[in-house]
Amino acid sequence: MNGESFLFTVFALATCLGAIAVVFSQTVVRMAFWLVISLGSTAALFFLANADFVGAAQLLIYVGGTLVLLVFGVMLTASGPYLKIATSPGEIVMGSLVGLMFLFVVFASLNGVDWREPSAAAIETGNPVVATGNTLRPIGLSFLGSRPDQDLTGDGDTLTPGYLLPFEIVSVHLLVVLIGAAYLARAKRRAVGPG
Amino acid sequence: MMFAAQSIAEFFQRFGGWQYVIAAVIHAVLLVHVFAVSPFAFIWLERKVSGRIQDRLGPTRVGGLFGWLQSLADGIKLVQKEDLCPTAADSMLFRSAPYIVCVSSFAAFMVLPFSHGWVAVAADCGLFIILAILSLEVFGIIMAGYSSGSKWSLFGGMREAAQMVSYEIPLAICALVPVIAAGSLNLGEVGGMQRGWFTNWFMFHDPFTFIAFFVYFVVATASCKRAPFDLAEAESELVGGFHTEYSGMRWSFFFMGEYASMFAVCGIASVLFLGGWNTGLAPVDDALYAARNASIDGTAGSAAVGYLANVIGAAVFAAKASFGVFVQVWLRWTLPRLRIDQVMTTCLKYLVPISCFLFLGATLWPIILVTGMGRTTWTAPIGDRAAEGLQETRDGSSVARVSDAGYSGAAQARVGDTGNIGEGVVQ
Repeated sequence: MNGESFLFTVFALATCLGAIAVVFSQTVVRMAFWLVISLGSTAALFFLANADFVGAAQLLIYVGGTLVLLVFGVMLTASGPYLKIATSPGEIVMGSLVGLMFLFVVFASLNGVDWREPSAAAIETGNPVVATGNTLRPIGLSFLGSRPDQDLTGDGDTLTPGYLLPFEIVSVHLLVVLIGAAYLARAKRRAVGPG
Repeated sequence: MMFAAQSIAEFFQRFGGWQYVIAAVIHAVLLVHVFAVSPFAFIWLERKVSGRIQDRLGPTRVGGLFGWLQSLADGIKLVQKEDLCPTAADSMLFRSAPYIVCVSSFAAFMVLPFSHGWVAVAADCGLFIILAILSLEVFGIIMAGYSSGSKWSLFGGMREAAQMVSYEIPLAICALVPVIAAGSLNLGEVGGMQRGWFTNWFMFHDPFTFIAFFVYFVVATASCKRAPFDLAEAESELVGGFHTEYSGMRWSFFFMGEYASMFAVCGIASVLFLGGWNTGLAPVDDALYAARNASIDGTAGSAAVGYLANVIGAAVFAAKASFGVFVQVWLRWTLPRLRIDQVMTTCLKYLVPISCFLFLGATLWPIILVTGMGRTTWTAPIGDRAAEGLQETRDGSSVARVSDAGYSGAAQARVGDTGNIGEGVVQ
């Protein structure tokens, strides 16, 4: 067992145990804490796989953004000192049923791949992460419309549409969400009265 | 402090697959010392500066010269204090919150370069990682406020959450302004590009980066919840805010985190705007650069004088970052505390639009210069410096993760796309 697989084991265990603790804890803020452990370990797994950008995005968006907003919302809205969520037996049965089915699907699809045999595409292109050290530069070039890691048309020309169009679509979508949120918040304030 | 990641890993190669683990442990131990010693110094600085500003002496009795052992005396006192946990508190969250604050501000040092190649993790998106890590600190504060079971703490936590969520936006946008000029998120590369006269520092790159430096500094002060933005603790109204119920070591963990992240944000400012480990004097910088690349056995940078040059670089970096911390301390004891609505107004109504304007201006600046002067910068062409910065990074720590073939291809693409419209392609 080398250092890398040791670290993988540690972080994978932390991810799974954190996820289990989220399910079994009753207080919302404790759930948020265990979610931090779980999502932070997932980010560590991304860092371990040399996917720095994805790992940092995971930390920034889920832990630094979503969870802070969640706890903030609980603090603003809770009526008692510690907001609790009690799970009914029916929910436990339904949840474990769905969970087991999902586990079965994941297990089946993981079993369907021969992991010892490297895929033909991987042999042909090499490992871009090992070759260039980082994943950020290919991502940046892809946004500009160049995919040096892939020759999609097969004629040596690496210029492709890249990720720019999906990125723009997502940003317009987010802008719509922002305007919608601002509109809703404003409407509520008007009902209370001006000033 | 630390060698390049690569050289430590190479040194321990005889241990087989474990050399990276050993190198990582050495880096972590060195960084823990930076993390622990910088609060030690800055707490002393805080006391002395506040004493001078408010016309008192500050510590004089403890330790020899200028009472420099005061922080140690504080530490011993805090270790001896009883570790209290209120009955109304959620004890698990209450006990773990200080560690989240401490760990996240410590982790920021992992990607902060202290000198040429002296960085524990040389990541291509280093700035993005460091901003992401610094945004975790607020979670510990909010949890501390919520789990204390006290109204003062809850108010402190809520203020902190509202303040942080808003101030993260101008912080990130202002940090992006010099990144537009540099064309890289790699902090090591950005630092290397600013070699030469101090006009090469990104602060003087264009008027927008110049203003962005000051906006960044204000926002960074707020993001460390320092006065005049320390509404989360506000002892005159909230007793102690989020740390009202804490005592002893857990209390001091919050402050170690605060002082360490002050140093971290000022370190980021120094790398992004103030030339990092470069002195700003071209002859000195060139001499240091030559010393770094001096060789005794054919490999560049193998001579001991190169190590010495890096030590000087780290001292320059620490001096710049410490000066930033000094200014933050100075501000704290000079300005009165704002009200919470004024804090939010400052951010949302002024700092966010200003930083958006600076961001837009920084993207338009090269185009304006090209039409007016036929070049994209008024100082040394950034393309030359980008290539040099790339070269420096390549000679430095990340060489292990970068094969020659992969890197030169990427370098050509980079120099091509950094947009040296009027300058010609470097390679």
